[in-house]
Amino acid sequence: MKRLIDNIARYILTVSGFTTSVVILLIIGFLFKEAVGLFNNPIVEDGYVLALNKENDVKKLSAQQIKNIFDEEITNWKEVGGKDMPITVFRLEDLDKHYTEEELGAEYEFAGAKIAEQIYQTPGIVAYVPDVLIEGQKNIRYIEDQNIPAKDVLLGNEWFPTATPSPIFGILPLISGTLWVSFFAILIALPFGLAISIYLAEVANEKTRKFLKPIIELLNGIPSVVYGFFGLAVIVPFLQQTFNLPVGESGLAGSLVLAIMALPTIITVAEDAMRSCPRNMREASLALGATQWQTIYKVVIPFSISGITSGIVLGIGRAIGETMAVLMVTGNAAVMPHSILEPLRTIPATIAAELGEAPAGGAHYQSLFLLGVILFFITLIINSCVEIVSSRNKFKK
Amino acid sequence: MNKIEAKNVDFYYGDFHALKNINITIPNNEVVAFIGPSGCGKSTFLRLFNRMNDLIPGTRLTGEIDIDGRNIYDPSVNVDILRKNVGMVFQRPNPFPKSIFENVAYGLRVNGIKDKDFITERVETALKGAALWNEVKDKLKASAYDLSGGQQQRLCIARAMAVEPSVLLMDEPASALDPISTSKIEELICELSSQTTVVIVTHSMQQAARVSNKTAFFYMGEMVEYGETKKIFTSPDKEATQNYITGRFG
Amino acid sequence: MAVEIDPSYMKHKKGIQKGMFICFRILSYFIALLLFYILGFIIVKGISVINWDFLTQAPTDGMTKGGIWPAIVGTFYLMIGSALFSFPVGVMSGIYMNEYAPKGKLVNFIRTMTNNLAGIPSIVFGLFGMAFFVNYLDFGDSIIAGSLTLGLLALPIVIRTTEEAFKDIPTSYREGSLALGATKAQTIWKVLLPMAMPRIITGLILSLGRVSGETAPILFTCAAYFLPKLPSSVFDQCMALPYHLYVIATSGTNIEAQTPIAYGTAFVLIVIVLIMNLLANYIRKYFENKLKSK
Repeated sequence: MKRLIDNIARYILTVSGFTTSVVILLIIGFLFKEAVGLFNNPIVEDGYVLALNKENDVKKLSAQQIKNIFDEEITNWKEVGGKDMPITVFRLEDLDKHYTEEELGAEYEFAGAKIAEQIYQTPGIVAYVPDVLIEGQKNIRYIEDQNIPAKDVLLGNEWFPTATPSPIFGILPLISGTLWVSFFAILIALPFGLAISIYLAEVANEKTRKFLKPIIELLNGIPSVVYGFFGLAVIVPFLQQTFNLPVGESGLAGSLVLAIMALPTIITVAEDAMRSCPRNMREASLALGATQWQTIYKVVIPFSISGITSGIVLGIGRAIGETMAVLMVTGNAAVMPHSILEPLRTIPATIAAELGEAPAGGAHYQSLFLLGVILFFITLIINSCVEIVSSRNKFKK
Repeated sequence: MNKIEAKNVDFYYGDFHALKNINITIPNNEVVAFIGPSGCGKSTFLRLFNRMNDLIPGTRLTGEIDIDGRNIYDPSVNVDILRKNVGMVFQRPNPFPKSIFENVAYGLRVNGIKDKDFITERVETALKGAALWNEVKDKLKASAYDLSGGQQQRLCIARAMAVEPSVLLMDEPASALDPISTSKIEELICELSSQTTVVIVTHSMQQAARVSNKTAFFYMGEMVEYGETKKIFTSPDKEATQNYITGRFG
Repeated sequence: MAVEIDPSYMKHKKGIQKGMFICFRILSYFIALLLFYILGFIIVKGISVINWDFLTQAPTDGMTKGGIWPAIVGTFYLMIGSALFSFPVGVMSGIYMNEYAPKGKLVNFIRTMTNNLAGIPSIVFGLFGMAFFVNYLDFGDSIIAGSLTLGLLALPIVIRTTEEAFKDIPTSYREGSLALGATKAQTIWKVLLPMAMPRIITGLILSLGRVSGETAPILFTCAAYFLPKLPSSVFDQCMALPYHLYVIATSGTNIEAQTPIAYGTAFVLIVIVLIMNLLANYIRKYFENKLKSK
């Protein structure tokens, strides 16, 4: 009996021991499943087609071209490789302009024929209509549909997931937004992080340490949404006034909040690393007539450099993954950032802001999972860097 | 001429009375060994000579320690200059996370010496003085951690000697080393005494007998006996010393 | 050539040291001030809003009046729910790593996985929770989906503290118990677990403090903007303090009327976090003293 229980316990514990590994696999699996689906979506919204006059010989259009045509930024077919004729954009709503309700029929039963008529009459037309309506109509050519190309997503510099007829999922603005905000955050946090960790590990007396350590821990404990709220209430108006900005919600506001949030991570890890520097090494330096500060920067810091680096990298990881605070203060403009004082948008903020509106299973939904996958891999890479750096400390015996 | 003179030294860790009324004179260019059971205060006493115990909070010293006739605990003394003049070698080899060259050059650099040729020359002299030059001359840029334990300890001696200290303190410098490395270090100590006064703490009486001119025996925070090494090991005045060197306790 | 040192350099390097240390001290105290400013700002502005009604009433008049009771209840449910998952699984996992798993590659692998899980941004947990719990397991937006998502987030903290707590127990205790004929399971249950418990509880409380403030994981798995009634089962949605603060602070319809509510909500959140931290510290100290006095 005792043995049986012992074996059952062993079995249950073994299973739970692998929970984290299983969860990671599940996360990868589910995120990937949705994310990869994005590339099986047509560039034109499902259920719709782009119909052309038979005379028009344009066969393919990219999502960007379609968007520009419908935004009337491209107005002639020759700009997209066709004949020299002006483009007439036609949407389903435009039917009402040309026909009365009677002509279309109470149930829209004649709409298909009327659309076909319009297409036939207008050589330069491009009509964005549901495919069921014009099924079987003659004298119509369709733009060949294609799946969303990976290149356009990964290298595209426009994020416009709600555009019709074809949403645009270029993730570069979001990636650069994330990098900008995190970069400036670390730039701000670094001098503070290093100074405070040196102060705590080397300079401060026991009493000061006992006062400052809980403060750093508490900074780590404050929820990110409270930081976001504080940023919104204090930092955003402050920046708006100081730099005379049209809006205070900006990349810099995000960086400042993130800097505060990344600090505890940097400080804790770097301080631990410096404390692990053996006492006799410090004494050897002091015994040669070095001052305490010379000892710190010539001996202690080189000795603990891998730990300090780990702290900084973990801080970067925290900054890149942070969602709520950034969402609240950066202004969320999904454009390529030109200045840190402009609103910009990060990957996590995009997911948080848009997932609620994206219908499950649609291209928009899947694109947000793709962002999740990217974020997941960024943090995975960061974690691996930390493990490699800390395991390759050549000075530890 | 006396190099070091301690007068009525008492030392406390908090409430603990670690050294009790110690008086000693150490002559120039001799090797003096401190022996005694662990916890007797010999290392603590050694660390008073370069004010290393200043780093430990809650310690207190009364009495006077003179080096070259000047009280090193006088407020006007610059501790950094004192420590440059009084080198120290520790129990375990503790090279810095730097190259072999930079380890030896460290003491020169932190004391503001920038002349490259001078530094190169001093590093070479110090490494030769530590009998390490032939082993490392082709890999001065290599990390000090690539050396063996014995080599590392000789590097630490070279590092201490590079700034030409007039006193070298050694705190059980061979206790973490194998017998061959130990004998090399001991040879070195004998050679060093031509340039500098050496004070060595050791738990090995054989070592004390081999390297030192004079020996002091410490017990329970007191200096029981101090005299010529030969005399201490053959016919000590005190019974406690006799008991210790014949291995009856410790 | 003798090594001569320039006395002015001695002064110079002392001066540099003094300057650097002063600079470090100023930066350190600046951060302390910043924390006090953040806390003070929220406490001063929030405390005037706090009264019995604010804590016990539901929001009214389109979130411009009333209290935050449903959000407090929701956060409480989520904390309990996540602990129900993360505590047993985390403790068992930690025990497995320290007591059963063969040392070496396997433990390192599990530890790496746990570290990776800890490093995943909370919004990715939110995505996963939505795809797995809400859609795949079809829990819908519900307390159970939110709790499980938050539980995953808290899992690495519990595992780490358990592992460390067990690691610090001397081997002699295990040997002593096994020598009396106890099985391994009995040894763990009767000897090791009680000894490790204070530290595990401390870790659990810290993880709960973190869970109480997380927003991103519950955005799409559980949190509701406004519910007139308290949730009646684990498959209902619930309101939660951090989400409530987010909504009120960013997408309010009547900013003037809602700002005080936001301050009040932030205040309550901060108080929960402070209490959790103090509690964890207290428990740690209490058991440390108890062990010392033995």
